[in-house]
Amino acid sequence: MSAITNEFLLEKLKGEFGDQILAEELPYGMLSIIIEPSAIVNMLKWLYEDKILKFRFLTDICGNHYPDLKDKELVVIYHVQSMENNLRLRIKAFLPVSNPEIPSATSVYASANWMERETYDYYGILFKGHPNLKRILNVDEMDYFPMRREYPLEDATRTDKEDQYFGR
Amino acid sequence: MRGFRFLQKETNASENLFFRMNQPSNTMSTEVKIAEAPPGYEGQGFFATKLEQVIGLARANSIWPLPFATSCCGIEFMATMASNYDLARFGSERMSFSPRQADLLIVAGTIAKKMGPILKQVYLQMAEPRWVLSMGACASSGGIFDTYSVLQGIDKVIPVDVYIPGCPPRPEQVIDGILKIQELVKHESLRRRNSPQYKALLTSYGIE
Repeated sequence: MSAITNEFLLEKLKGEFGDQILAEELPYGMLSIIIEPSAIVNMLKWLYEDKILKFRFLTDICGNHYPDLKDKELVVIYHVQSMENNLRLRIKAFLPVSNPEIPSATSVYASANWMERETYDYYGILFKGHPNLKRILNVDEMDYFPMRREYPLEDATRTDKEDQYFGR
Repeated sequence: MRGFRFLQKETNASENLFFRMNQPSNTMSTEVKIAEAPPGYEGQGFFATKLEQVIGLARANSIWPLPFATSCCGIEFMATMASNYDLARFGSERMSFSPRQADLLIVAGTIAKKMGPILKQVYLQMAEPRWVLSMGACASSGGIFDTYSVLQGIDKVIPVDVYIPGCPPRPEQVIDGILKIQELVKHESLRRRNSPQYKALLTSYGIE
């Protein structure tokens, strides 16, 4: 069996999804594509079911916050892997911070459940169709999304740090 | 006074530890130190003293600790309990892994904010009189974890009697902390737990 290359994968993806793939790059030899958020579920399903590609392992879902990118402040990053072809793919979907909504991948991968909860917990990204979208790691009473770059690094309840020792 | 025989071997911790570690075992000290009797009146066949001091003496030399160990301080505490440092010499032989029978809550390690209510519940399950030892920088102040997920010192949720600094503290420091707790226990008034000040302290932590 000949190995599947990134070029072949990209060509196949473009043939199926065309305009919904906005950009692609190849950092450190790992194909990374930027897509329309609405296409994510269909794409994951197609990658999973394709007879040749067989992307059947969802490595991770995570988020990131770029406060300076207008209307693309938040990003959801999916890592999928094809064990059989020894191939990885990174899928990014940018969302505006004013309306951070993206369809949930739980219908394709049951493992997406906790990963999406974590991404919601830290970035406040709303996964539409998630069966139980609530905080998973932080305390339920927390009223902000701590990994967004809007909050000071130090905890507000700290009392023993004197500014003079920190040059402030 | 012969009436009070609490085994307290080698109270002078650091000196004897040095001795122990540098001598072959057959020359180890076998001296048994007996706790000093409280001041009182002694005569033929009787001894009179304050009940408070007798109870203080008994409590101080038989503290049952509950280790609430979450991280590296917990490992250091295990070393303190084990044979080299041997916390049992100070009457804390028995670790109580149920809060119901424990006298001393030893919080060793980082407490996440999510753990805060659990720590408080454990404290509430302990019977009075109870003492709390905060071991290490994390339990005392949050330590290096000045961040959204970590409780910035356990005194945000429960009252603390003695703080041990260090990251992590050495077993000698833990023993010193236990001895300081013993001093508190020994000299505590029997009425303290009923006093309005103590009630006010608990109320300030939202405990009944």
